[in-house]
This record gives sequence, structure tokens and C-alpha cells, in this order.
Amino acid sequence: MIFINNLSKKIDNNIVLNNLNLRVKPGETKVIIGRSGVGKSVLLKHIVGIIKPDAGTIEINGENITLMTEKEINKVRMQIGLVFQGGALFDSMSVEENVAFVLNEFMSLDRKVVRQKVADSLAMVGLKDIEKMMPSQLSGGMKKRVSLARVLCMEPQIILYDEPTTGVDPITADAINNLIVELHDKLKVTSIVVTHDMSSAYKVADSIAMLYHGRVIAEGTPSEIKMTNHPVVKQFITGDAHGPITENENLVFGHVR
Amino acid sequence: MFSSIKYASDLIYRGISYVGALAALLGETVCSLFVPPLNSNRILTQMLRVGPGSFFIASIVAFFIGMIMALQMAYQMVELSAEIYIPNVVSVSLTRELAPVLTSLIVAGRVGAGITAELGSMVVTEQVEALRAFAVNPVRYLVVPRFLALVIMLPILTIFADLIGIMGGFVICVYKLFINPSLYFTMVSKAVDLSDITTGLIKTICFGAIIALVGCHQGLNVKAGAEGVGKATTMSVVISFILIIIADCLFTTLFYFVLRV
Repeated sequence: MIFINNLSKKIDNNIVLNNLNLRVKPGETKVIIGRSGVGKSVLLKHIVGIIKPDAGTIEINGENITLMTEKEINKVRMQIGLVFQGGALFDSMSVEENVAFVLNEFMSLDRKVVRQKVADSLAMVGLKDIEKMMPSQLSGGMKKRVSLARVLCMEPQIILYDEPTTGVDPITADAINNLIVELHDKLKVTSIVVTHDMSSAYKVADSIAMLYHGRVIAEGTPSEIKMTNHPVVKQFITGDAHGPITENENLVFGHVR
Repeated sequence: MFSSIKYASDLIYRGISYVGALAALLGETVCSLFVPPLNSNRILTQMLRVGPGSFFIASIVAFFIGMIMALQMAYQMVELSAEIYIPNVVSVSLTRELAPVLTSLIVAGRVGAGITAELGSMVVTEQVEALRAFAVNPVRYLVVPRFLALVIMLPILTIFADLIGIMGGFVICVYKLFINPSLYFTMVSKAVDLSDITTGLIKTICFGAIIALVGCHQGLNVKAGAEGVGKATTMSVVISFILIIIADCLFTTLFYFVLRV
């Protein structure tokens, strides 16, 4: 269970998170939608303890991580896998070393066992025979999948996905969506997926929460979100350039002056 | 007038804050050194980058500095018929001052800049955040191996620079000033005390720490994209140069006036 209470964060005088409340049940896939720069990635980094909040609490399996020391939080981090937007693969290491990173750092396993685990993790994300390649030789989609394989190798209870389908072709995006659903069904992991890709959100979500002005303004199942009458959510999910979001931000799209 | 005072006070405040941040990073690095296990592979990789990687350029500079020193001394000493003392001046000034400082400046430009660019790129591409997300302390993983590599390899490079610089002086003294080769080495061995070499080497341990800490601090605090990495790399070299020269001045004062060595 992930329980976020009144979370607030200011970065460079901008209020990014403003008394945000969110609850993610065990085994649930929660999709967080919202415009770019609204604080979705910042929220994920709070959950993994990379960023400390100005106020509020985050409870993971009953433990308040905001009060923990770095040493204590490291134990919690071993249960959480964060798939970064750009992959964040270590570019001085091969794919094999990247995927085996946690195994090599924290477990003294036999090399054969490590190799097998790496191959299994890569197979789960639909990749094979790329162990010796370097991150610079991979496409954007492959980087994302290797990043997911790296997370799977540590067998986490919670997986956080930061825009997993952004910047990849539609076929790869669908493959990644299928993978998220499969991991949810097979491994029963709790997942939080941050995205602004609505087709991805509808496909993978058990529930969807919309982040706007630093807080959750609407939450529900995919069908509830589709049917919503909330003007802000409606504008976002239909992708309309005109509406309350753009009016509030004094943005005028579609006019060439 | 008021604005220049404000500018000066801002500069002093920023300087003190920066040194404070370096001291904090040094504290964290030293504490990490005592928490086993240390990954010897990572340390060795960094040592190879610092040592053999910088050996060629440090040797060339030391050789030519030895030659230049001998030539400059000859300009005055020949007038006084005291060219026999040129090996003394060359060897003492090289071991006490020139080899440690010049080698450190070369390594700061070559290795320190590289460290900042590498760590800065890692910050920009979220690799440092990924380390933290995987419960790995970036200081322990990234700073400690670089710190140890520089603190160990810079004195070793300086020993080679001392020897090669003295050989540079040898070339001028023997082939230009016609000093007997064995007399050259006799004069060098008489002039150079163990304390001359050790004071030079002690300085380089401190200079190595400065290069590592400034390089890592600048890299880990890169703010904005490729432009930020470029600026941080330039600043890393500039700050390392300034701190090395200031530290050298402090060490020289300490050794000469306080410890009398």
C-alpha cells in the first residue's frame, strides 16, 4: 500500500506539489496523468526518496519514508523499481552490466546465475542477444525496455514507470503497455505509471488520477475518467487546445499572428 | 562604491560557501572510505585513467621545464662562473615546487575536467538519480574511486616528473654547458634532501584531493543540460587551478616558516 498525505514541494519558487493526496492499493496499477511539467515525475522521485518533500508524508507498506534516514530508506528502495523516462542506463556499462547492476552491487551470486537472471529479465521485456551491446547502440524503445529489465532483475514489489511510452513508435508503445499489464497480472506488482499518453493510460490502468496545479483533481477507473464531466479532465483526455487548462495558463493555441 | 563592496562581499560569501561544500564532500568521502567493501575494480580503473593516461603529457612538460630552468639559470650563472650550481637549482626547484605544481595543473586540466564532464553528463541523463533509486550512494560509487585514484597517482606521477625534469636539466648542462655527467648527478644528489622530495609529494596528495573534490562537486551539481556541463567543466578547471595555487602558497609558507623543512 502506498499512502501519500498532503504532499507539498516547492522547486525554485514554483509550487510543484500542493497538498497532494493519493492512495495506491497493493497489486493495483495506478496511472497518473497530467500535462508536462505538472509534477508527475517529481511525485515518483518523492516515492523513491530521491526528493524530500517540504511537507506531507509518504507511507509505503505502513512505513513513513519521509522521516527515514538515507540508510533506512535504502532498504525500502530495494523493494521499489523506478523505470526512468530516458532509461537512465549507465552508459559506461554494457546492457548485461546494466541489467545485473543490483545483483552485482548487493548480492554475491555466481556469474552463471547472474547471466541467467539477466537473460530471463531481458526475455521478459522481449529482448535477447543484446547483452554485450552498449546503451549508445540501442534505440529509444530498447533503452526503455532494458531499463525495465534492470528493474525486473531486482524483483521489486512496486514498479514506478516514468512516461514509459513517450518517444517510442506506436508498436513499441503497445508492446510496453502489454508488458506492464503482463507484469501486473503475473507478478502482482503494485505499479504507478506516469504518462500523458491516454491510450496507454486506458490500457494499463486499474485507476487513473489526474494531477493539476500540484494536486489530484479527479480519480476513477478508466471508464469513469472517459465519462467525466470535469472540464479540466475532459480537455486533457480529449486533447483539445481550447479549454480551461489553456485559458488558466493564458495560452492561445492555433492562432498565427 | 556601494555596488563594488556588495560585489566583493558576495564573492567572498560564495567563495566561503564553495569551500564549505568541498569540505562537506571531503567529509562524506573520507567517511565512505572506512565503510567496507571498497570496490577495487572501480578504483583501479580510475587509477589507470589518472596515471598512465597523464604520464606522457606530464613527462614532456617536466622534461622541457628541466631544460628551460637550466637554460635560464645558465644565462645568469655563466656570468658568475657558477654554472656548476645549475644542477642544484634545477633539482631543488623541480622537486620542491615545479614538478608537483605543474603536474597537478596538467592533471587538473586533463583529469579534473574529464571527471566533471562525465559526472555532469550522468546527472543530466538521470544516471546519478538512478544510482540513488537503486540504493547506491553516489559519493561512495562515483567520488571515492576518483578521490583515491588522484590522491594515490598524483604523487607517483610527480616522482616521475621529478626524475624526467632532472634529466631535462642534464641534457642542457652536459651537452650545452659541458658539465661532466657524473658531476651533474653528484651535484643533484648533494643538493636534493629527502625533505625536498617529501614536501613536494605531500603537496601533491592535497592537490589530488582538490582536483577530485572540485571535479566531482562541479559534475554532481550540473544544473542545465549540455550548456551546464560545458560551464561546469570550465569552472572545474579554473577553480582547481586557483585552489592548487593557493594551497601551494600555504604549504610553502608552512614548510618554510613553520616546519623549517
